[in-house]
Amino acid sequence: MPRRHLLPVRIVAERRLEAPRGLGLLTTLGGIVVALVISGVLIAVIGGDPIGSYAHILRASLGSSGVLSDTLVKATPLIFTGLASSIAFRMRLWNIGTEGQLLMGAWGASAVVLFGLLPAGTSPFITLPLMMLAGFGVGALWAGVAGWLKARLNVNEIITTLMLFWIAQRWIQYWVFGPWSEGGFQMSPRFPREAWLPRLTDFASAVPDLGGLTVHLGFVLALVAAGLIWFLLSRTRKGYEIRLIGDNPRAARYAGIDIGRNIILVMLISGGLAGLAGASEISGVVHRLQDNFSPGYGFTGIIVAFLARFNPIGVVVAGIAFGALILAGREIQPAGIPAMIQGIILFCVIASDVFLRYRVRLEAR
Amino acid sequence: MSLELAVAAGVTAGTVLLFAAIGELFAERAGVINLGVQGMMFVGALVGFRVGLQTGDAWVGILLAMLAGGALALLHGIVSIHLQADQIVSGLALTFLGTGVALVLGEGLASAGSGALLPVYSVPLLSDIPILGPAFFTNQSVLVYVGYLLVPIASFWIFHTRPGLHLRAVGEQPAAADALGINVYRVRYAYVIAGGALAGLAGATQSLAVVPGWHADKTFIAQGWIAVALVIFGQWKPGRTMIGAYLVAFISRLALDLQAPRDIFGLENPFFYYQPSTFFLNMLPFGLVILVLIVAAREANRKRIGAPAALGLPYVRGERGR
Repeated sequence: MPRRHLLPVRIVAERRLEAPRGLGLLTTLGGIVVALVISGVLIAVIGGDPIGSYAHILRASLGSSGVLSDTLVKATPLIFTGLASSIAFRMRLWNIGTEGQLLMGAWGASAVVLFGLLPAGTSPFITLPLMMLAGFGVGALWAGVAGWLKARLNVNEIITTLMLFWIAQRWIQYWVFGPWSEGGFQMSPRFPREAWLPRLTDFASAVPDLGGLTVHLGFVLALVAAGLIWFLLSRTRKGYEIRLIGDNPRAARYAGIDIGRNIILVMLISGGLAGLAGASEISGVVHRLQDNFSPGYGFTGIIVAFLARFNPIGVVVAGIAFGALILAGREIQPAGIPAMIQGIILFCVIASDVFLRYRVRLEAR
Repeated sequence: MSLELAVAAGVTAGTVLLFAAIGELFAERAGVINLGVQGMMFVGALVGFRVGLQTGDAWVGILLAMLAGGALALLHGIVSIHLQADQIVSGLALTFLGTGVALVLGEGLASAGSGALLPVYSVPLLSDIPILGPAFFTNQSVLVYVGYLLVPIASFWIFHTRPGLHLRAVGEQPAAADALGINVYRVRYAYVIAGGALAGLAGATQSLAVVPGWHADKTFIAQGWIAVALVIFGQWKPGRTMIGAYLVAFISRLALDLQAPRDIFGLENPFFYYQPSTFFLNMLPFGLVILVLIVAAREANRKRIGAPAALGLPYVRGERGR
């Protein structure tokens, strides 16, 4: 008796030695499309309107220069955290707690203003660089603790960076409920103007068309950071070491590369970038330190990094796309939908990688 | 607040960590890391509570919560075992997905009260033992006793049975296990799904016994991730993992209890008189987890013990491992 088969065709998978150029982008886009279809079906199942939701996201994020500017505002911290995740993940160093480094960066930048170290009326050309530097530094130190523990004692960095996130959250709460509380409210006093990153709308008196556009200098800083990280990863010796450790740690060790040092260095850079996300967010948007000012920019940055395949230029594109999702997602009910869509997108994108590793075709039986 | 009652509360809350950590331990013993524990726990808590509410029977809720946890774990299994995607990323995706799905399905349920409840028992004789009796065997949820039984059973299963031997072989040397005729894929799927079911049970334990009700995104703070840490602390052994689970839960509980009294040992309680300082108390459990991992890492470095050798690596028949 002949064997009966479920399908009239056979799925044949052959290992690829090397993936063709451009296929990575294609499978990522394919994964996103599949994810949006699955999400749409799920939204319809729970009684929502998927087409309406997607149309709403597009309209509410890219529909006019005003909302486009708001999208770039949301994209700014995501580009920073996406870069932070990318450089760490490229080395297969799992800094999952960028959200905590973001909070500590925001605290560092706030400390420059709220400890009153600078006299009132200090030039913004001094205040702002100091705030960004403090944001980078405190974020870097926060991640550096986990990096040091990983390099010296081989303590799992996934857990330590996450635990340090919850500790950072409580640290922020202590300062905004306690020493920095304004009149008992859970927020610090508003920063003076010299501590605000300039926004396009600040130049509306000269160019009226810019009125209401809230995109701030942090976005430009994020683009510069993307360029620098791209240069570091693909054009320097250090970047080569980082990539080699990520691809083949054994070969890296035989090549005499000090893996422990690189772990600490990459953690410092990664944490610093995440710290900049926090510093630029409170200096450019919130203008004070408060609890819950980040809707999870650090965690979304993880997904941004994967969509971009750790390519810094791709991070900018993916960061803007997720900025749109976060901006428009605020109004979508129930509130869990954006997190659900993010999870499905990540699943589909990594599942689609199978097409990079295998040539898959169907054969008639 | 007596010490016995504080320990008892820690054991109750620790049972959630225990179920999730034993589930993760099974999956990791088979060579598969599943970082989606938190997501599976969220879905388990939601399903357990919601089904318990609708049917009035908490046991049906628990059963379906375990099925839901297992189904989510199957997704992780397909993506990481068959499609060979990175296990860490797939697990992260599962955490995002599970949390999101639970929040979507739980919309409006937060005001539904505490729903169906599980019975509470005291064990005759054992509850009369001084100190240990009130702490471990008095007025505990039935699930706490399930936890007591699960640990020796899991330990016996892993170290003293033939399936347990196969499990360890698959996690340490999948190619050799395959050569001996063990179906590596089947074993990995089985334990990943079992791990998911236990994570679902952990979730339902939270929403039906420990903190009854649905508390949306506040249902769990870090429990799923702490469970992953406890497996490392426990060196992939159920007994040590249990000690860690109860210890972390006890300290978390203590951090809450220390905020209540006006004075401690006759001294003014700073956590009562200056509210913001309580945030430092709330950092304790997370600091403890880091400390516990450092201790475990030092011990592992000294004794040269570590994770299952094939942990995190996809197995492809006929190909050499990385």
